[in-house]
Amino acid sequence: MATRAPERADAAPPRRPAGKRRPTGRHWRHAVDVKASPYAYVAPFFLLFCAFGLFPIGYTLWVSLHEWTLLDDEHTFLGLENFRVLLTDSYFWNATYNTLSIGILSMVPQLLLALWLAHLLNRPLRAQNFFRITLLLPNVTSVVAVVVIFSQIFGRDFGLINWVITSFGGEGIAWRDASLSSHLAISTMIMWRWTGYNALILLAAMQAVPRELYEAATIDGASSFTQLRKVTVPMIRPTIAFVVITSTIGSMQIFAEPLLFGAYTLTGGQDRQYQTLSLFFYENYMRLDFGYSSAISWMIFVFILIIAGVNYLLTSRMKGNLR
Amino acid sequence: MTGRRVNNRLTYLTLTAVAFFFTIPLYYSIVVASRDNASLASVPPPLFPGGNFFENVSRVFDTVPFGLAMLNSVLVAGTISISVMFFSTLAGFAFAKLRFRGRNILLLMTVGTMMVPTLAGIIPLYILMVKLEWVGSLYAVVVPALVNAFGVFFMTQFLSRALPTELLEAGRVDGCTTWGLVWHVVFPAARPAAAVLGMLTFMTAWNDYMWPLMVLTPENPTVQVALSTLAAGYVNDYVMGLAGTALGTLPLVIVFALLGKHIIGGIMQGAVKG
Repeated sequence: MATRAPERADAAPPRRPAGKRRPTGRHWRHAVDVKASPYAYVAPFFLLFCAFGLFPIGYTLWVSLHEWTLLDDEHTFLGLENFRVLLTDSYFWNATYNTLSIGILSMVPQLLLALWLAHLLNRPLRAQNFFRITLLLPNVTSVVAVVVIFSQIFGRDFGLINWVITSFGGEGIAWRDASLSSHLAISTMIMWRWTGYNALILLAAMQAVPRELYEAATIDGASSFTQLRKVTVPMIRPTIAFVVITSTIGSMQIFAEPLLFGAYTLTGGQDRQYQTLSLFFYENYMRLDFGYSSAISWMIFVFILIIAGVNYLLTSRMKGNLR
Repeated sequence: MTGRRVNNRLTYLTLTAVAFFFTIPLYYSIVVASRDNASLASVPPPLFPGGNFFENVSRVFDTVPFGLAMLNSVLVAGTISISVMFFSTLAGFAFAKLRFRGRNILLLMTVGTMMVPTLAGIIPLYILMVKLEWVGSLYAVVVPALVNAFGVFFMTQFLSRALPTELLEAGRVDGCTTWGLVWHVVFPAARPAAAVLGMLTFMTAWNDYMWPLMVLTPENPTVQVALSTLAAGYVNDYVMGLAGTALGTLPLVIVFALLGKHIIGGIMQGAVKG
């Protein structure tokens, strides 16, 4: 299906621009070309999206209403039973708590830091490109690599951080064992990978803010920090909202970090202390319980919609207050 | 005047510190990857690379089919990026410069789909792959990714700015069909943005993890799947895990460091309207 556009191309080969034009006879062909070809150009995306995007999402709902395993061809209709069980499943709420905790621990400092870094870069500096490239290096590193590297750094016995702590006379921390420490470790990985990326997006928005505003603020004696707060942030609010929403969607789907930090245990630690929703989903998927895991993925989708909605309301409300 | 200079110096100092923290984990991974497991236990831990890298790498190749994984990742990421560049340019051109019924609503849908989490449809996608008998084959990873909403949106934005409408009109007057315009006008104009999109797509595809983990097998993995096998099975063999990581990550990091300027320009351009 992905070859539709080239097929059309064969049907209407490029004519030489210099050739003599014969308006009659080709008129209808021209009309068809102008009217229909736009659809041919957008068709590959929409066909692929319908087949591998839209259809699966709807079908997830259908699967979630059944007792459905891969091994069995019979799928008993259960109605909302899967969702009822899910909402009373303490493991589900544990995973929800962990996801929110890791999400907040990683997003709040990350956004503040990104905003500040973007602010620092938003002025004529030498070595701009060097700083920008180093900001994005962690993002080029794959999640798997990040977790492998940080698992070593956060190791209990030979980890770099514990070495620093013990050499200052402190006691090494078993990062994986407790809820808070494991969340902090995972949040650090997420922050390391995404802060620079978000800083660059914010920086792009900052560069579109008219210079005169800053000049006026400088003449009024506003400090750099005041300018960030009173000029930059209000001006780039849509981009901040965009970054918040995309980071939220990302943080609802944190998967590789808890999986690999726990050396591939599906429970996210012995007491599920860092099992996120995506990992909880994956645990049930690995049991081939497709009905139940579909219900989980729909709940994650619903959470994302709620958070995005709240976010939208908050930002539009803030805009309203400004006027 | 002095105030500003102090301020500037502080800026450089902060940025350098941040750059340090952003690169030190990568550096340390090389340190560990080039040591042996015993030296990790020493106090203080090793801070400079040792001479064991190639020995560790050869153990990586003994443990997982790493050569095949590299080849697979190059094939997957290469195919996906070429296809994404091609189809996104076509769709982006249609959205940016052609008039047709339903254009706005379709564009809005495209942007909307960027918000949908992959997780929401992943089970039926898996069932679909089982039905198509693509589980374990690269098709399962490549085909669903051949074009995506981000690429379409990215090219739409670029072409609506960078492609002069007069040029298209001139082509029409000369008797060009729409496809002729695509070939002679759109593709040359789209080249810089398409290159950036291609590099971004390559990186994303190279680093993709959850879906390949679900549909591929350890016998026919991508780099990320092979790495996670390493990380899973050999908990205490840090040096081997990190040697594999370095091998699977560094080529991309180096390419990025060289071409980074353009890629960053692309990300920032794409972001302004987002």
